[in-house]
Amino acid sequence: MIEIKNLNKKFGKLNVLSDVSLTCKKGECIALIGPNGCGKTTLIKTILGMVLPDDGAIKFNKRSIVKEYLYRSTIGYMPQIGRYPDTMTIGGVVEMIKAIRNSNQELDEELWHSFDLDTMADKQMRTLSGGTTQKVSATLAFLFNPDVLILDEPTAGLDPLASEILKDKIIKEKEKGKLILITSHLLSELDDLVTEIIFMQEGKVHFHKKVADLKSETNETKISKAIASILKQKQ
Amino acid sequence: MNRIIKIILTDILKNKIVVVYTIVLSLLSWSAFGLEDNSAKGLLTILNVILFTVPLVSILFTTIYLYNSSEFIELLLSQPIKRNKIWQSLFFGLSASMVFAFFIGAGIPLLVNAPNAVGLMMILVGCLISVVFIALAFLCSIVTRDKAKGIGIAIMTWLYFALIFDGLVLFLLFQLSEYPIEKAMVAVTALSPIDLARIQILLHLDVSAMMGYTGAIFKDFFGTTVGLFASFGLLLLWIVIPFYLSLRKFIRKDL
Amino acid sequence: MNRLCLLFLFVVATFQAQVLEVGTNKPFKTIKLALKASKAGDTVIVHKGLYKEGNIRIDKKIVFLGKDFPVIDGQKKTEVLSIHADSVVVKGFKVINSGYAALDDPCGIKVYNKSFVLIEGNQLDDNFFGIYIQNGRNCIVKNNTIIAYGKEEQQIGNGIHAWKSNDLQIIGNTIRGHRDGIYLEFVHDSVIWRNIATNNIRYGLHFMFSSNDSYITNIFRNNGAGVAVMFSKKVTMINNYFDENWGASSYGLLLKEISDSYIHSNHFKNNTSGIYMEGTNRIKIEKNSLQGNGWAMKIQASCMDNEIVNNNFQGNTFDMGTNGSLVLNTFNNNYWDKYEGYDINRDGLGDVSYHPLSLFAVLVEKNPSAMLLFRSFMITLLDKSEKVLPSITPDNFVDKAPLMKPLKL
Repeated sequence: MIEIKNLNKKFGKLNVLSDVSLTCKKGECIALIGPNGCGKTTLIKTILGMVLPDDGAIKFNKRSIVKEYLYRSTIGYMPQIGRYPDTMTIGGVVEMIKAIRNSNQELDEELWHSFDLDTMADKQMRTLSGGTTQKVSATLAFLFNPDVLILDEPTAGLDPLASEILKDKIIKEKEKGKLILITSHLLSELDDLVTEIIFMQEGKVHFHKKVADLKSETNETKISKAIASILKQKQ
Repeated sequence: MNRIIKIILTDILKNKIVVVYTIVLSLLSWSAFGLEDNSAKGLLTILNVILFTVPLVSILFTTIYLYNSSEFIELLLSQPIKRNKIWQSLFFGLSASMVFAFFIGAGIPLLVNAPNAVGLMMILVGCLISVVFIALAFLCSIVTRDKAKGIGIAIMTWLYFALIFDGLVLFLLFQLSEYPIEKAMVAVTALSPIDLARIQILLHLDVSAMMGYTGAIFKDFFGTTVGLFASFGLLLLWIVIPFYLSLRKFIRKDL
Repeated sequence: MNRLCLLFLFVVATFQAQVLEVGTNKPFKTIKLALKASKAGDTVIVHKGLYKEGNIRIDKKIVFLGKDFPVIDGQKKTEVLSIHADSVVVKGFKVINSGYAALDDPCGIKVYNKSFVLIEGNQLDDNFFGIYIQNGRNCIVKNNTIIAYGKEEQQIGNGIHAWKSNDLQIIGNTIRGHRDGIYLEFVHDSVIWRNIATNNIRYGLHFMFSSNDSYITNIFRNNGAGVAVMFSKKVTMINNYFDENWGASSYGLLLKEISDSYIHSNHFKNNTSGIYMEGTNRIKIEKNSLQGNGWAMKIQASCMDNEIVNNNFQGNTFDMGTNGSLVLNTFNNNYWDKYEGYDINRDGLGDVSYHPLSLFAVLVEKNPSAMLLFRSFMITLLDKSEKVLPSITPDNFVDKAPLMKPLKL
């Protein structure tokens, strides 16, 4: 579904992405992990077309995304730190996105209700806590039933209850056969979610493995342990 | 695109600065005509508003608005919308609201008190100047990510066109007074949108003085139909070129 | 007894004076034949028709009347009507197409060295010179319409031209498209009243080396320049209208080497320069309205002892212009619409003096191209600071007691 080939990106002198090649298929739930500043967010933004690569190619459904924008209608994106116009209300933001999309497909408002956003729809965005802002981001990401979900640190800042709700929702969508891309630091959270792991370091893809393979290779039952042991082997 | 413009327009309207700007403009204009016994003095007040206040408010408000909408732009970028559509919508939304504010604030008093060639020229030129400085603001704000720096550049740009440029021209005039530079000076004015606007109004406002001496040379150029179209063409270029440059930069920008 | 006397006189007059009629069905077929047959005191009446008889010379004291505007055509070859007798009356003709020559100035109607000639109610069309009084005394030029289609100064003469004449009355004429509307050279003790001079190439009215003349209630509009008074003295100018004289060297009123004159209640409107003064002495300019001019007045440094009193300056781009720093003229109690002072004791006079010469006017005088920057923010700033602290403009260029309200003029 998403094919990335020899992607390079520099910010000034800093090599943020160097020679990244990846393939993600339908029905996969991929965890994109790595230390801070390894290029995860940049990679995601490149897929979304918000950051333009220096060279390399990205194909979405076998079509290059250069100068394309319509493919984004099949992507739900939840940013790491959602930034919204200060003076807009929660309801206003959701209405605005609906107006921009102007799609007549059925909306998935499950999170809207389960996060209780409907009760505070007229709160202004600038008054919200980080967690609530994340809830808005999550709601927007799932709202249009997208085929691909890109979630950048989805559970950061969410309370345990909301975190569970979101996780359940992700699992549910995964079972519908969607491609889900998650970045996270909290490896323990990913255990029951992901099917594949991409590990990035200093702008390079360290490995890309199925979770099952990883566990069997390392004889570990937990992802965090498995990765730790791989990193030890390398050293 | 229309949907985005609509969203931007409602957002600008909620931002009370434009409303305040409209009210201040109309207070200035109505009092200019009301306090002075002849409309010529009122026209002079509005001329100063067009040459001074309108550019300043247009460039500052637009620059600040663009920096403040970086979140909004980011949000839109993750949606299935073309990049240039976002930038163009912002431009049209801002232009429409500033032109509208100018028209309500200064245009209506002009139409009521000076419904002649000068008045109409002032309205037209005021609208164009608003848009020119909005386009320049787009360029200023895309040059740097730093909001403080961007606003600084915007103020410098305004200061340059409102004051420094004319100072340089005056300096040049006296340095080169030995040479026949009148025609060259006509060309030099093309380098400043405020000067282009000012001279067009001057040709109507101070028609007697402009007929004398070198005034006649300017009149011969700017006063003809060709000159009129040329200066409006140049003003349009002052809109199109800065905006086009900013658009090119925006399309290639990483967010 | 009186009646009897009158009757006697009348009978004598009618017996002696004849009426000679010219026309297709009249005793005389051509004007020349009728003139030849006429005696002094006769009346020659010319009926409607087109007369192409070359130069017509009137050398007897006759009344020469046109009925329904007969046309006398010079066919662009000769002078049309030449008057070589005193007390001739020429009335009701349409005189067209005089010749064109650079040397002897052919005219529509010309008076040679004679007195008491009356030229009234004629239409002159497309002549080189219109009406020319050469060395005349007590002649009257009245209610004529004089039109030409001059393109260049050198290729057309003046509408009414008077040379070396005294006691002329030039009244109610309309003059268009000539070089000067009215030109007076060595003309003294004459009056110019209620004429309208428009669209002439050079001046509406032009004085050279003349004195003791008055021009009153004339309109000068859209000429190269309105009126030029040069090398003259004792000229009185009252209630004239100087409008829309536009151009690089265009003035409502040009005063050059003139002295002891009086300019009262005239209207200067929308001229490039309202009044331009050079080498002008002892002139009083009083109760005039100067409105919407580029420069209301330009007073060159060569002028002295002029008094500018009780005038209205309204809506002018510049109130004053000058080329030097020497000021030997006085300004008193004028109304300046640019004045921003106050009047605490309410006597109608401002308590702060007004400097009518702006810094920018001085800059433009030195460097005309600077006009390009007029009304720019920077110039406004400079002007304001100069008003507060005069440094370049002469500080005795001042009206110490300006009026707070415009005069009703």
